[in-house]
Amino acid sequence: MRSNQGWDADRAQARIQELERLPGALLPILHALQDEFGYVDKAAIPLVARALNLSHAEVHGVVSFYHDFRHDEPGRHVLKMCRAEACQSMGCENMIRHVENRLGIKLGGTTEDRSFTVEAVYCLGNCALSPAVMLDGKLYGRVSSDVADFLIDEAKRHA
Amino acid sequence: MSLKIFVPGDAAALSVGAEAVAKAMTQQIASRRLDASVVRNGSRGMFWLEPLVEVETPRGRIAYGPVTAEEVPGLFDAGFLEGKPHRLHLGVTEDIPYLKKQERLTFARCGITDPLSLSDYVSHGGYRGLERALTLTPQAIVEEVTNSGLRGRGGAGFPTGIKWKTVLNTPSHQKYIVCNADEGDSGTYADRMIMEGDPFVLIEGMTIAGFAVGATSGYIYLRSEYPHAFRQLQRAIAIAYDKGYLGENVAGSGKRFDLEPRIGAGAYICGEETSLLESLEGKRGQIRFKPPLPALKGLFGQPTVVNNVISLATVPIIMDKGAQYYRDFGMGKSRGTLTIQLAGNIKRGGLVEKAFGLTLREAIYDFGGGTASGRPLRAVQAGGPLGAYFPESLLDTPLDYEAFAERKGMLGHGGIVVFDDTVDLAHQARFAMEFCAVESCGKCTPCRVGSTRGVEVIDKIIANQDRVQNLELLGDLCEVLTDGSLCALGGLIPFPVQSAVRHFPEDFDKPAPPPPAFEASKTQETPSWR
Ligand SMILES: Cc1cc2nc3c(=O)[nH]c(=O)nc-3n(C[C@H](O)[C@H](O)[C@H](O)COP(=O)(O)O)c2cc1C
Ligand code: SF4
Ligand code: FES
Repeated sequence: MRSNQGWDADRAQARIQELERLPGALLPILHALQDEFGYVDKAAIPLVARALNLSHAEVHGVVSFYHDFRHDEPGRHVLKMCRAEACQSMGCENMIRHVENRLGIKLGGTTEDRSFTVEAVYCLGNCALSPAVMLDGKLYGRVSSDVADFLIDEAKRHA
Repeated sequence: MSLKIFVPGDAAALSVGAEAVAKAMTQQIASRRLDASVVRNGSRGMFWLEPLVEVETPRGRIAYGPVTAEEVPGLFDAGFLEGKPHRLHLGVTEDIPYLKKQERLTFARCGITDPLSLSDYVSHGGYRGLERALTLTPQAIVEEVTNSGLRGRGGAGFPTGIKWKTVLNTPSHQKYIVCNADEGDSGTYADRMIMEGDPFVLIEGMTIAGFAVGATSGYIYLRSEYPHAFRQLQRAIAIAYDKGYLGENVAGSGKRFDLEPRIGAGAYICGEETSLLESLEGKRGQIRFKPPLPALKGLFGQPTVVNNVISLATVPIIMDKGAQYYRDFGMGKSRGTLTIQLAGNIKRGGLVEKAFGLTLREAIYDFGGGTASGRPLRAVQAGGPLGAYFPESLLDTPLDYEAFAERKGMLGHGGIVVFDDTVDLAHQARFAMEFCAVESCGKCTPCRVGSTRGVEVIDKIIANQDRVQNLELLGDLCEVLTDGSLCALGGLIPFPVQSAVRHFPEDFDKPAPPPPAFEASKTQETPSWR
């Protein structure tokens, strides 16, 4: 999990400087920022633009093009749930609805206590063990509603 | 000699508890003071048996599975280190029919070796392909790959040797090898398995490609949904550099090849090669107009080979055993082996590498054992989200590019997703359009606007509003998408939609139902989810 210390321009600048000389550095930089803060803060855009000699609009255009980059700080735990075809064939929709009801949020949302963000993904490469989810970067297979409950309970117990 | 126990470190195996099993094994070894070690191999690809544990015995490797951590002490008590009987005993791994009936060429080592042991790799035939390539001229390497009949495994099936030849014959001070590891299709995981289970074979394949076309630099564009594969690739690449298999003097040849993995950012369209190149350059992943082909003007405007993981990972065995050996597998214009991935509602889901020519039915029943739910099979989607839905009556279609094209379907990357009789094909058609709308790169109107329109039209059909007219409208929309789209996302999305209408008309003719399951879980519009 992230250090969760909130946006900090100096730390952002440091991450940008580590990577700015790579060919095609923009995606690696945006990933580094998201790793650091859990999202890409608006305030990062001018910093990145300056480092790569791009316009603000260009950087913003890239950030908004890709599904991965969040614009807001996520919850302490991020649960990505696969809703692609193989997982559909094993009933992922029911499991997803169960999780949404339990947490009281829809896909893309964050719980009020900021403990969970749930997101949709299209395939996690675990399609022989559907339904699949990824919790804080860890993959799980054969995730029934009960297993999902267990994963959420466990995550809550550990912060 | 120390006994070896194998517990896969593959992400799918880990997803059902392999890490806890490995820990329990290590604990038992310590508390029983045994001379044994745990190797974290790749997966054999029999996922219904994961975590599949193996132990090395004089009779060969003996398999047990699916093993849970709780059962580990009992396995030791039963004498599993000598391969003795136990409830989970599966016999000699290689004799399990699912494996025995396969022809594993690309996956020859996957699940057998320690993926991060270069000495394992070399002692199992690794780097023999490169060794031979180093004795040949670039032209001769390209010719060998051409003669093998290898066609791109990313979906389009373009002959790999011909692509390489174009890059070889395009002079430039800098050329690139780009590995397409975006593996976005639902129902596919072969790329992931090989990157986690035998990463050196991909590194070797890319190095050979580099020498063949005169490229000194390579990138692996890996989807962000595969963090485990990323770590594995990073480690393998570091080892290859350390042991002189990458860098300025590859295997003492005096030739240079550098390799770097890069992570995508959750856009399906970035699996398309020109969009992928834009993304690697740090831009929005929008499709480029072709021509020019990437082979002529690719990454940073330079001649570039873009190949799928499996295409590149197949090159070493072709170079090692020769083009003829490889082409002797397969049929017609589909030579060599296909890596079939059985997925979804299937009893024995997993990787099946077989010469082209197996039928869908054989794959699904002889290997897969039918549906996981035990209910009747109703539909099969091969080739990912842009592939057609086939009914039971088309199951005798051979798994070959042309045979699928003839039936308005697509083999794609070899994923086969099985659905039982609870599936609603109107709902699946709607999902296809929705997927296209979410993943459209936005460059052309039919795809960007038409897909959203398609969702609305299908919603009306489902709600039984002017069904006849709306089905006609859907047909027209699909035609516009087919004819007016710049790339295969918009161009092929009519496949799943129209096949659903054609083969399952009854699902578009039901009384208006309560809102479909999907409605309830429709994504909230948030900035993070475009
Ligand atoms: C929408 C779309 C998505 C694609 N996704 C992938 C992918 O995830 N992996 C892949 O290897 N090829 C994908 N392709 C095919 C690539 O454009 C390209 O044909 C391939 O990388 C060439 O490599 P190959 O000849 O080795 O197959 C996709 C194509 C389209 C139109
Ligand atoms: S068909 Fe869709 S994804 Fe392809 S170029 Fe057009 S808008 Fe982009
Ligand atoms: S479709 Fe869900 S993991 Fe592949």
